[in-house]
Amino acid sequence: MTAATLTSAQLAPGQAAWRRFRRHRLALAGAVIILVLVLGSAIGPYLLPFDDTYIDIMKRFAPPLSGAHILGTDELGRDVLARLMMGGRVSLTIGIVAMVIAMAVGIVVGAFAGFYGGVVGAVLMRLVDAVLCFPTIFLLLALAALTEPGLVTTTVLIAATAWMWVARVVEAQVRSLREREFAVAALAFGSSNLRIMFRELVPNAIAPIVVAATLNVAKAILLESYLSYLGYGVQPPAASLGNMLNNAQIYLTSAPWLAIAPGVAITLAVTSFNFLGDGLRDALDPRMNIP
Amino acid sequence: MARYVVNRLAQSIMLLVIVSAIGFAILHLAPGGPLSQFAASAQMTQEDLDRVTKQLGLDRPLPIQYLDWFGRMVRGDWGKSYRDGEAVLSVVSSHLGATLELMATATIIAVLLGCWIGILGALRRYSLFDTLATVGAMIALSIPTFWFGLVTIYVFSVKLGWLPAGNRQTVGDGSFLDLLHHLIAPAMVLALVETAMWGRFMRSSMLEVINQDYIRTARAKGMPEWRILTVHALRNALLPMITVAGLQFPTLLGGALVAETVFTWPGMGRLFLDSIGYRDYPVVMGILMFSATMVLIGSLLADILYAVVDPRIRVG
Repeated sequence: MTAATLTSAQLAPGQAAWRRFRRHRLALAGAVIILVLVLGSAIGPYLLPFDDTYIDIMKRFAPPLSGAHILGTDELGRDVLARLMMGGRVSLTIGIVAMVIAMAVGIVVGAFAGFYGGVVGAVLMRLVDAVLCFPTIFLLLALAALTEPGLVTTTVLIAATAWMWVARVVEAQVRSLREREFAVAALAFGSSNLRIMFRELVPNAIAPIVVAATLNVAKAILLESYLSYLGYGVQPPAASLGNMLNNAQIYLTSAPWLAIAPGVAITLAVTSFNFLGDGLRDALDPRMNIP
Repeated sequence: MARYVVNRLAQSIMLLVIVSAIGFAILHLAPGGPLSQFAASAQMTQEDLDRVTKQLGLDRPLPIQYLDWFGRMVRGDWGKSYRDGEAVLSVVSSHLGATLELMATATIIAVLLGCWIGILGALRRYSLFDTLATVGAMIALSIPTFWFGLVTIYVFSVKLGWLPAGNRQTVGDGSFLDLLHHLIAPAMVLALVETAMWGRFMRSSMLEVINQDYIRTARAKGMPEWRILTVHALRNALLPMITVAGLQFPTLLGGALVAETVFTWPGMGRLFLDSIGYRDYPVVMGILMFSATMVLIGSLLADILYAVVDPRIRVG
């Protein structure tokens, strides 16, 4: 332990963090898998001879590895691999965009609540507590039932049910950073409150924010799969990893591969983001540097 | 102690008011508001709609409507189902038993299994068991519950034929064994995520306790290791798990909805989804408010119970 502390103390903070991250083999594996998934769904569809929405009734329910279709075909004879790649595009995009929206809302709410404290902080944080009282899936479905389902709605709704965690993290960070010397110095320097909040405090809380963002992507991909599986998310003919499982239960006996491939893909993507987030937490947590 | 309870109670009531305001806002977000179902019907003219709006008091200012709605919620009048005109509260409570049965069974499995894994992992930190348990828990938290349900049905119902693929009982049967037979698969599926959570929290709670000074003191006194672990460590490590039970409640409810859907379990989650399909907004809102209230009460009870068993909390 002493040796490790000594070596990491000699390194720049960034280098030390990278060192700790590299030691976290599962996080590294997660990062590699995410890269493969992103590249696969971005480039993959161009390399396949099949279109994801091309219906070929004569070839429906072809099992995997039985000819040209590597992962088989679904109930309409569409190529499962092509749909998986296009579905991966949709699910990953929703996951990342929903994360960006949730982060933006969460950071703003958290920064205001943590910086101003008092009544403003109490009101904002009680609002966060109140929204957290609703079980996520219930809230998500109720909102989805009231809106027109689709790509944009799904993304916005997922963000609407995910920003509260971020707000909590940022609020706690900003509240403690506000008292530090550099923040007081900025205040004495005549910086505006907004400037102190978003140019001084939030950037100094970047480590927990990055971790929250990574874990948020995992959560958003998972929520998209729930919503689409239940029929209130991404609508066919567009594929998403969740809505590919929509009909899978009906064909479970005759065509189990329809359920397996998308499920494995979701689990792989979510696990990878979770491990990456975990590794980043270990790598970026400044408390690790204190012996 | 009394002061802590009163404070916490006041906090919960305030939260309930905000929660109900959010619920009310969602209800009015519905296209056409609370009248959307009638608005879609071709049999009603605009004049009819206007008259109904007045009769139901929907032309009054929103704050007044909210107070009225909130007052009725508190008194137990949650409106009537669009589907069959039954009172929402009685529809919800008639489905509650099945959900609670599923949640309770899953929680028992998760607490026993999760605590065992967590304690063992903490005592043998970084061992093969601990590593496998940590990685396994992360994967368990990443598997979509509905998909795990599908896999369970495929393996245990389709391939092996050991367990029924859904429903709470065989029609015409209903003996205890039959009910138990139907309960195994959905409870197992719901317990997966819960077990992972309990295991993670138990591990970190146990790790924190066994590194405390008083444990070292006990060791220095020459106390037998099993006694240190059971009497000193375990008792203190288990206390924070009361909070975990409260924290876990929303996830457990959400998981129950998904498990009920996959296994056609006739509970509240299944009712919620069916009601959404029918655009039965009073029932949807009723269940949404009911689940949020349950979460609120759950965390309140967990906090009070924690304060009862751990005096340090009351002072702080």
